[in-house]
Amino acid sequence: MAGTTERGRDLQPGRAAATLSSVLPLVIGIAAAYVLHTYVKPRLDPFYAKVLLDIGINVILAVSLSLVNGFTGQFSIGHAGFMAVGGYTAATITYYGSHRLWGNAQFHGGFLSWTQANDLFEGTWLGGGDLLFPLACLAGGLVAAGMGYVVGLPSLRLRGDYLAIVTLGFGEIVRVIIQRTDDVLYDAEEIQQAGLWTCVTHVGGALGFTGLPFYTSLFWTWLFVAITLIVAYRLKESTHGRAFLSIREDEIAAEAMGIVTTSYKVRAFVLSAFFAGVAGSLFAHQVGTTLNPRELGFQKSFDIVIMVVLGGMGSISGSVLAAVVLTVLPEVLRTFSEYRMIVYALLLILMMILRPQGLLGLRELWDAWASRRRPKATGAG
Amino acid sequence: MTKLLQTLVDGVSVGCLYGLIALGYTMVYGILKFINFAHSDIFMLGAWVSFIVARALGWANPDQPGSLGKALFVLAAAMLFCGVLGFIIERLAYRPLRRAPRLNVLITAIGVSLFIQNTGQLPWLLGTQPQRMPALLPDSTLLTVAEVQIRQVDVVVIITVLVLMGALEWLVHRTKVGRAMRAVSFDTRVASLMGVPVDRVISITFVIGSSLAAAAGFLYASKYPGLNQPAHATWILLGLKAFVAAVVGGIGDIRGAMFGGLLIGMIEFFGAAYLSPHLKDVYVFSLLILVLLVRPAGLMGKPVLEKV
Repeated sequence: MAGTTERGRDLQPGRAAATLSSVLPLVIGIAAAYVLHTYVKPRLDPFYAKVLLDIGINVILAVSLSLVNGFTGQFSIGHAGFMAVGGYTAATITYYGSHRLWGNAQFHGGFLSWTQANDLFEGTWLGGGDLLFPLACLAGGLVAAGMGYVVGLPSLRLRGDYLAIVTLGFGEIVRVIIQRTDDVLYDAEEIQQAGLWTCVTHVGGALGFTGLPFYTSLFWTWLFVAITLIVAYRLKESTHGRAFLSIREDEIAAEAMGIVTTSYKVRAFVLSAFFAGVAGSLFAHQVGTTLNPRELGFQKSFDIVIMVVLGGMGSISGSVLAAVVLTVLPEVLRTFSEYRMIVYALLLILMMILRPQGLLGLRELWDAWASRRRPKATGAG
Repeated sequence: MTKLLQTLVDGVSVGCLYGLIALGYTMVYGILKFINFAHSDIFMLGAWVSFIVARALGWANPDQPGSLGKALFVLAAAMLFCGVLGFIIERLAYRPLRRAPRLNVLITAIGVSLFIQNTGQLPWLLGTQPQRMPALLPDSTLLTVAEVQIRQVDVVVIITVLVLMGALEWLVHRTKVGRAMRAVSFDTRVASLMGVPVDRVISITFVIGSSLAAAAGFLYASKYPGLNQPAHATWILLGLKAFVAAVVGGIGDIRGAMFGGLLIGMIEFFGAAYLSPHLKDVYVFSLLILVLLVRPAGLMGKPVLEKV
């Protein structure tokens, strides 16, 4: 017994080193997002800045869906539903919250939320919006996660293909309910008097939630990208991640090993829904998009599924790679836009027949590199 | 009272269509154990092919009265086309994956579905414009019972569905092919050991399921002449509801599919008439979640224990 504890101690890194190694990626992430925001963006064409933003949001979506579809081997095709829940929650908070705080729903941000479209830039480091927006994103994520729990708890007892249908149905229910909401309130005084329920039910219906302040800057997007990636990667290497992977490999064997499969599946689902909600919040406050239930139908869910499947089921870097490629490709091939989805569909079919595990499978990009250096090393799978 | 009966008529006729589509889902699921996502697109193509055939033969003229013969011809053409298409899809996309995990087959099915939708959208094929299906059946009221108008279309829909159902029932339970299908569905491996040509049986299943979907497509287009563009969400939603019907009735069970279809049609129309017409989809999917929670094997299915 004593021997085991001693060996255990040897394996445990010191507290300082552990803190450093857990904080360091986040620091790097914040720094990278900051550099992107302050140094890269002003030198970029606004169009490319927008593409960078889209890439960031799609990376969050793909990696978060990969937690369920890749790691845990379940099959959810209602990711856009969670995105919609998160997006509308955050939009309600920023729109009606700004009205309550400042009397209008214009941009009230400082440096971090500043995109070229906001002329009301106050030049301060942390304007009001810089605090409101991340909180709204978190709230969007949390509400989406709660929704993930509500949907996941009953439906994850079902086998994979039923789950697919239930998640698809859930996405549709969300869309239909949002379409039935009332028009956004525009009158400042009316909003001051409106209660919480009135605010929640007046989110624009089928026309979309217009008049939102544009807070989604490169900084916030890539900050959340960094957080998503860190969480996903550390999860994959942790006990929880191993449990997810074991469910994916063989559910019955995993259960025999003492893994409460339903509980772990629900955890994966909730976490994935959280990040989908955050991505939805970022999507909602983007320049040039109206938050609109039509945009968040199952077509969107399929787009995300395609990214995960092509990149590799269970590979974080694979999902990132696929998200980047599939965001940039349509911009490059604008003239072939009619053929875009046909090519995707064929890729999906061919990939399943020729390389069922996706481009990278369970591996990460750096695994391939590492195994080339050390030929005897076993792969991550 | 009138409203009640009218809703009943509509519910039964649309429910029959759901049941007809659900048969394709349930047969494929019974044998291959995966959701054929492309089935809703076969249904869509059934409607579009009927339209194209009718237009090509010059029957799109609104002045010309339709006739039963024309309708039957178009129906047969659509069923033939989709049957062949179903065969090709199975041969090219699903057969290479016979031994692959079910998830991969499901993803392939989604791929096939996206492929059909987006190929159909190409301007030189079906295009992105909605079209109007010519009325091949005279759009008249056949009889009026207690102020309820029973349209000829509804009668044709119900009769066609009943005939096709009867034919399928006979095929599955009274013929050699049907026995082979049931054997493969019961245990593929043992069936192949007993000399059942599994691949051929699966092909036949796909052909039958697809032609039934095509028939449903034709009937749907006759009932609701406004044809949406191929990738429109309504098609996928209709297919999904038909799948819900198959699950609710007990997947793998032919009578269950029909029963589920009728149930879904009723719930949809009664919910729309008496609660709120905008939340039709919500009722259907709520019913699905409820049934899956309470009786995962469906209302008429037998629970199956999964063995290691």
